[in-house]
Amino acid sequence: MTTVAPERTVQGRKAGFHRDIVSMSLRAVRSAVRDPETTIPALVIPVFMYIMTVGALEDFAESIPGLDYRAFQLPVAVLFAVTGVSRATTVVMDIQSGYFDRLVMTPVNRLALLLGLMVADFVLVMALCIPVIIMGYIAGVQFVTGIQGILVFVLMAGTWGLMFTGFPYAIALKTGNAAAVNTSFLLFFPFLFMTTLFVPQEAMTGWLSAAADYNPVTYILAALRSLIYVGWDGQALRDGVIAIVAVGVVSIGMALAALRGRATRK
Amino acid sequence: MNDIPSQPLAIETRELIRLYGSVRAVNGVDLAVKKGEIYGFLGPNGAGKTTVIRMLVTLLAPTSGSIMVAGYDVVRHPDLVRSRIGVALQEAALDNKQTGRELLKLQGLLYGLGRRETDRRIDELSDLVDIGDAMKRMIGTYSGGMKRRLDLAAALIHHPEVLFLDEPTTGLDPISRSRIWEEVRKINASMGVTIFLTTQYLEEADALAERVGIINHGKLAVEGAPSELKRERGSDLIVARLDGDAALAAEALSGIPSVSSIETHGNEVTVSVGNGASVISAVALRLNEEGLTVEELTLRTPTLDDVFLHVTGVRFQGDGVSPEAAEEDETEAGSSRAQIREG
Repeated sequence: MTTVAPERTVQGRKAGFHRDIVSMSLRAVRSAVRDPETTIPALVIPVFMYIMTVGALEDFAESIPGLDYRAFQLPVAVLFAVTGVSRATTVVMDIQSGYFDRLVMTPVNRLALLLGLMVADFVLVMALCIPVIIMGYIAGVQFVTGIQGILVFVLMAGTWGLMFTGFPYAIALKTGNAAAVNTSFLLFFPFLFMTTLFVPQEAMTGWLSAAADYNPVTYILAALRSLIYVGWDGQALRDGVIAIVAVGVVSIGMALAALRGRATRK
Repeated sequence: MNDIPSQPLAIETRELIRLYGSVRAVNGVDLAVKKGEIYGFLGPNGAGKTTVIRMLVTLLAPTSGSIMVAGYDVVRHPDLVRSRIGVALQEAALDNKQTGRELLKLQGLLYGLGRRETDRRIDELSDLVDIGDAMKRMIGTYSGGMKRRLDLAAALIHHPEVLFLDEPTTGLDPISRSRIWEEVRKINASMGVTIFLTTQYLEEADALAERVGIINHGKLAVEGAPSELKRERGSDLIVARLDGDAALAAEALSGIPSVSSIETHGNEVTVSVGNGASVISAVALRLNEEGLTVEELTLRTPTLDDVFLHVTGVRFQGDGVSPEAAEEDETEAGSSRAQIREG
């Protein structure tokens, strides 16, 4: 068999991992900006919840000595804003339209297909934190840890939001079905309600207190709250980071496995 | 295996097999498509066309057999293959929430082109596929024809050596179809791109492809130039459309010397003969003698549909095209050919 060189210059080649991630995330950011209907509820719901919860329970909750209920509720509002915000429905649309196949048929790094979206999600959830924090400031909430504390607060909340996106992405990549992706919202309830949502854990009793012990969100809330009204509490921050990483290992692991299944030839 | 292309064919498969459970969707397909060729790949629904094309473009792994595309082994070097092929699959695979330019730019960047290089290619391609000002608009606002042309541009952004077009004109109006045909010819002629085309329109394969292969039950049943394949049917066809019993007409015509075969389809009788011009008057007379009312009598050369029928045992029936419509298309095409012959 003879060996011949290609007759024409071939320009297609691998762009490289970083360039692939930048290209994919720019597309995802553009898509997020053009889809305000997917982000506006993520802002409206926490503001509504914050106003309602503080309005209804502030006097009652502040019977607990030393509790500033507006500060106590601000991390809850932030987690409501950042949990479950993802471009997973875009993945479903890409799969259904065949655009995902088009992307897979390029020499793009497979990991960049997911990470590009997650970078955009991270930018988005960080951006969503800011108006919620401003709302808290208007309500009189001050961070004892100052600007640095606010930055760490936003970073932790954003990272939690990012880690949680692994679940909807895993479902989107596995099923290619928008209705199935919406079921990831079911995870939202146990994570955000079986925890110290309304009162401190000391005030909780029975099974809910036990469930809160095992809920990673309890530790994330404790870390975020510590930044507002405790100060630099190394133990609380460490526990919060461990909780975020633990959820991330599970959710991102599931999403990567689903990506492998979707993007690998069968 | 090293990374050097090992042979001059653009596409070569050997004993390609793909199983779905116990079902052999593709059962030992051997393909050899030359560089610069336009190859039409046809087959009835479920024959294995899409499975073959998905294996060729790296979306599906073969169960066994070898596939070389653009000189590289698809199984061992999928990324090298991906860099060298362009693909436009069934239904334009686009993102409605990007503009045409944004989509092409992303496509160029993922193929490793620089930003300036990508912009230059987009300008070239917008002329080639005639999209023009619409490049700045959201793809969701495009017509079906524009989406197909953008899909084609996206497949060409990186100068592929081999272009796979899976039913590129399905669902398009005749004007958009003919524009896509023009563009396919232009891409092949001006850029030397090898084109592997599946279609549900036989006239498309006839008009564009230098060679066609017909797959049936997962095997390549026949392959060759459309003109050769039609010639191999070996005869002219006289088609009579009757207001009456086609079976009776078939019986009446069977006694005419030099008739090779007679087939009936509904109220049509198709007579296969060696030299149609010398027999058509005898056919007309015999039908008249039998008192049969002839609505239309045409003499034509065999079409690809006749080849398809011969190979697969069924009339060509693409998605969305009724057999009647397909037959109608062929009859019309055949009639015009007969007029040319007679003229």
